[in-house]
Amino acid sequence: MMEQRVHDRGGWPDAGLIDRAEHTYSMWEKRTDAIRGLLGAKHIIRTDELRRAVESIETAKYERLSYYERWLVAVEALLVEKGFLTHQEVDRKMEEWQTCER
Amino acid sequence: MAAKFQPGDTVRIRVGSPPGHFRTPAYVQGKTGVVEALHGAFPNPESLAHGGDGLPKQFLYLVRFDQTSVWPQYPTTLQDKLLIDIYEHWLEPA
Amino acid sequence: MDHADHELAHDRHAPIEDREELTYYERRTWAIQALLVEKGVITADEVRQQIETVDARTPADGAKVVARAWVDLAFKARLLHDAKAAVTELGFDSGESPVLVAVENTPKVHNVVVCTLCSCYPRALLGLPPDWYKSLSYRSRAVVDPRGVLQEFGLELEPDVEVRVYDSSADMRYLVIPERPPGTEHMSEAELASLVTRDSMIGVTKPRAPEQLADLKAAAPA
Repeated sequence: MMEQRVHDRGGWPDAGLIDRAEHTYSMWEKRTDAIRGLLGAKHIIRTDELRRAVESIETAKYERLSYYERWLVAVEALLVEKGFLTHQEVDRKMEEWQTCER
Repeated sequence: MAAKFQPGDTVRIRVGSPPGHFRTPAYVQGKTGVVEALHGAFPNPESLAHGGDGLPKQFLYLVRFDQTSVWPQYPTTLQDKLLIDIYEHWLEPA
Repeated sequence: MDHADHELAHDRHAPIEDREELTYYERRTWAIQALLVEKGVITADEVRQQIETVDARTPADGAKVVARAWVDLAFKARLLHDAKAAVTELGFDSGESPVLVAVENTPKVHNVVVCTLCSCYPRALLGLPPDWYKSLSYRSRAVVDPRGVLQEFGLELEPDVEVRVYDSSADMRYLVIPERPPGTEHMSEAELASLVTRDSMIGVTKPRAPEQLADLKAAAPA
């Protein structure tokens, strides 16, 4: 019996009722979507690469993260893989903002 | 290069778990269905996902299954169907 | 609106008090955008434009296509044969890839669409998908228990109706053309479009009935 990968959900057991509540997309989610779209339009990241990167997220994390959180993790991983930035640069940029004064 | 299958052909989905990215879900692997349509030739996602050029393009088929042949518990009184797009290299004649 | 819009307009950092409230992923998104802009990969303007483009796409676009198919059977035939070409007639751009495919509901056939592997969805005509469409439970159950899923959405189908589930596993994006509700012969194309809900074009529900339209108008915000 082959191992079923975490993203391969068709017929996954104990799936439960569908939560039909909808949330309005927040600005960061739209931003993540936009960045992904732009990188695709500029042929920097292909849709198939993004899917592969999302599918590579460790199982527990995949199931815990929200949809756009998964996409952000995947986009960052691909940008690092392709040499556009490093995780450390992103960490440093985030820290910069924590300490930056207006 | 001609398409190997045409609408009406009975096909079986190959079983496999390649190490990289692929788009054939586990739940249809090993199942037998009928080609509903030929969509044309498309770049291969298994190559594109890892920085490849996706060539050679693969013929992409819409394959139709009786739900009762996909799921053991599916009520046999129902005529419901499952349709999914599968690349040619995942199909064999049945 | 909120501070994020302010940032979009002026492209500078958020005030420090707002910034602390952002979640980890919100801040990481900002950091990645800032770095990509600094490195000349994208511009803030492009991000803004892209957000606007995506925001502008709503299910009303798909509804117009369906309403046209209801009133013009020759259009419907073209739509079912080549959806990309047909929607272009109405001024919509479904894009080179992925490929839009229309599937028709009839009294004996009911179609429903899912993407079990991720979240493929006809965004060009419907906008962004609802959360539930991307949920692990929908992705799991739509293929194995479509009638159970439809029941959750309030739709019961007779056993002699064939339920056809499309799993969008590749380059095609499936759009359901629901059945035209009875008692709508007198309605204009625009009125018909207002019956067509996003969920009916995914296939988890049927369109609104004409009676429900009156209720909607009464409830509409000023």
